[in-house]
Amino acid sequence: MLSIRAYKRQEPLQWRSCLVFLGAVLLSLAISALLLQVHGKPALHGLRILFAGAFGSLWAIEDCLIKAIPIFLCSLGVAIAFRLQVWNIGAEGQFALGAIGATGVALAFPDLPGYGLLPLMAAAAFLLGGLWGLIPALLKLRMQANEIIVTLMMNYIAILILDYLVYGRWKDPQSFGFPMTPEFGPGAIVGKIGSTNLNWGLVVCLVTGVVVWVFFRFTRLGFEFRAAGENIRASRYAGLPYQRLVCLAMVLSGALAGWAGLLEASATINRLQPSIMVGYGYTAIVVAWLARLNPLTIGLASFLLAALRVGVENLQLDLQVPAAFGGIMEGLILLTVLAGGFFMEYGLKLRRTA
Amino acid sequence: MKLRMLVMLCALILALGAGHAGAQDLQVGFVYVSPIGDAGWSYAHDQGRLFIDKMNGVTTAYVEAVPEGPDSERVMLNMARKNYDLIFATSFGYMDPMLKVAKKFPKITFMHCSGFKKAENMGNYFGRMYQARYLSGIVAGAMTKTNILGYAAAFPIPEVIRGINAFTLGAQSVNPDVQVRVVWTKTWYDPATEKEAAKSLLDVGADVIAQHQDSPGPQEAAQEKGVYSIGYNTDMSAFAPKSHLCAPVWNWGPFYAQIVEAVQKGTWESKAYWYGLENGIVDLSPMSDMVPAEVQTKVMTSKEKIKSGSMQVFTGPIRDQAGEEKIAAGKSASDETLLGMNWFVQGVIGTTQ
Repeated sequence: MLSIRAYKRQEPLQWRSCLVFLGAVLLSLAISALLLQVHGKPALHGLRILFAGAFGSLWAIEDCLIKAIPIFLCSLGVAIAFRLQVWNIGAEGQFALGAIGATGVALAFPDLPGYGLLPLMAAAAFLLGGLWGLIPALLKLRMQANEIIVTLMMNYIAILILDYLVYGRWKDPQSFGFPMTPEFGPGAIVGKIGSTNLNWGLVVCLVTGVVVWVFFRFTRLGFEFRAAGENIRASRYAGLPYQRLVCLAMVLSGALAGWAGLLEASATINRLQPSIMVGYGYTAIVVAWLARLNPLTIGLASFLLAALRVGVENLQLDLQVPAAFGGIMEGLILLTVLAGGFFMEYGLKLRRTA
Repeated sequence: MKLRMLVMLCALILALGAGHAGAQDLQVGFVYVSPIGDAGWSYAHDQGRLFIDKMNGVTTAYVEAVPEGPDSERVMLNMARKNYDLIFATSFGYMDPMLKVAKKFPKITFMHCSGFKKAENMGNYFGRMYQARYLSGIVAGAMTKTNILGYAAAFPIPEVIRGINAFTLGAQSVNPDVQVRVVWTKTWYDPATEKEAAKSLLDVGADVIAQHQDSPGPQEAAQEKGVYSIGYNTDMSAFAPKSHLCAPVWNWGPFYAQIVEAVQKGTWESKAYWYGLENGIVDLSPMSDMVPAEVQTKVMTSKEKIKSGSMQVFTGPIRDQAGEEKIAAGKSASDETLLGMNWFVQGVIGTTQ
C-alpha cells in the first residue's frame, strides 16, 4: 500500500517557492477556465481575452498600472501594521480621510500653483490619514480596545464624514444638487507623466515602496518593528518601545492609505465625490496577505490583482460573462495561493506501508 | 443535383451578405452600475438593450457592476477602442468620465443617463419618472388609513427628491391630510438595509411603503407587516403579491430604439432627451385588484391629462416644508427648477440632507 505523508521542511524552499506560487495561480486559472466552459463560454478563448485585456496592449498595461496605484499604497500601509501584528482593517477609512484632507486644502487655496499646493495636500492627507490610524492605536494601548473592531468601525465614520462634506458644505453649487465638490484647480491635480496616461502617483508608489523596503531591511527602527512583530513579549523584555512602535506603525499605515486617497481624488477624478470609495482599503488586506507583507511582492501582487480586474472587464465585454465571475476568480486565486503556503513549509512523501 | 445545391448555397451567401450590408452595422455598448440581476435599475436598462439587440444590423454588449469614477472611464475607453459606435452609460457618476472619453473619440456617439453635461458627440437622457410617481401617489393617498405614507429613499439628490415631492403631491390630491415620512438609506441596492429602512417606517405607523431603491427589500417588509406597498423600476408584484399596489416603471426599449435609428440614419443630435408618460419611457405598472375601481379611474384620468400636456405635476402654488412659496400659483416649474430640486414640499417629514 502507498500512502502520502506530510513532513515539515528543514530548510526554506528559496527560489522554488516561486514555483509553488506559479502552480497555485495556474491551478486557479484552470478552475476558472472550467467554470467558463460550464457556463457555455469558450474557455481558452476566454483566458486569451482576459490576458489581452490586461497585457495585450500598451494602454492595457497603463490601465493596470493606474489601477494598481491606490491598491499598492493601501496595501503597503496595512502591511506595516501587520508586520507588528497590529490588525489595521481601517485602510478604507484612512483612505477617505486622506482624500478629505487633500480636498480641503485644494478647495481652500484654489489659486496656488502646483509646486506649492501639492506638497500641502500631501501633508494634509498624511496628517488626517495618520490621525485616523493613530486613534485606534491609542485606544488599543490605553483602553485595550480591539483594533480590528475600532478600525473597522472608524471606516464607517470616515465615509459618513465624507458624505457630510460632499452633500453639504463642499457641494459644488453648479452640480444641480448632486454630491460632488467643484473640480480642482490645475494646481491641485497630480499630472500625467509625459505623453502617457500614467500619473506621477506611480513614482510616489515606487519611492515609498523602496523606502519602506529599505526601512525594514537596513534601519534599526525597522529591525525593532520586525522583532516586536515576531514576539511582543520578548521584545518588551528586550526593552523595545512597543507602545511607540504601535503608534508609529498605525500613523504610517494610515498616512499611506491617505496618500492613496489623495491620488484618487486629485489624479483620477479631479474632485471629491462619494463614488471614490470602492473598497481599495479592503482589497489591500487581501493583497498584503498574498504578498506575505513584503513591500516588493506587494508591488507585484497589486499589479497582478489590478490586471485581473482590468482583464475581467474585457472578458465581460467580449463574452458577456457576469461581473461576479471576476470576484470568483479573485477568490480562487487567494484560496489556491494561501493553500500553496502549506507547501512552503511542508513537503509530501510517498510511503510504502505493509 | 450537386450543381443546384451549389447555386443555392451561393445565392444564400449573397443574400446574407446583402442583408448584412443593408442597414448600417451598429455596435452598441452599455455600462451598468449594478448587476443586471438586481430586478431594478440595471435590469430595466438591460431589458432595453435586449429590445434593440433584435433590431436589424445592431449588436449589443454590456459591462455590469462598474463602479462610478476611474473604473467606468476605463470601461468606456475599452469600448471606444474596440470601435463601438454608440455607448450608453446608465448612472449619474459616469458623467464626467464619459465626457473625457467622448472628447477623445469624436466619431463615437455617447449617451449619458441622468446627468446634465453634453458635448458635440455626447447627449444626455432621462425619463420624467416624477409623472409616474405622482400617479402612484394618488394610489397611496387613497389607500392609506393612518394617513402616513413611508418612503425608503436612496440618496438626497434632485432625482430622488423630485420623486418624493411628486409622490406627495399625488397623494395630497386625493387626501390633503396625508404625510410622507422619508428615510435615507444611502444605498441604491442593498436588500437588507433597504428592508430595515422600510421596517423603521412601519414602526412610525406608515401603512403604505413606497421606495426609490433598486432592491425589492421594502416590498418584502410591507408584505410581512401586512400593509400595502408601491414598487419601483419594474413591476415588483412577484416579490410581494399581497401588498404590491402598483409601481412607477421604466421602459427604455422604444427610446433606445429611437436613438439607434437616429444614429443609423445620421440624424442623431446632441441634446438633453427628457421624455415622460407621453413617450412611454416611464409608466405605471398595472394596478392590483386591491385598488378600488374609482381610484383606478382617477389615476387613469390624471395619466391622460399629463400625457396630453393639459396638466403639469409641479404647478403652483407649491410651498416647501417651511411654508415658503417655491412655485407661484398658476405657474409650472421649469425643467431647470426640476433638475436642481433640493427642497421638500409641505407634507413631507424628513430632511434633504
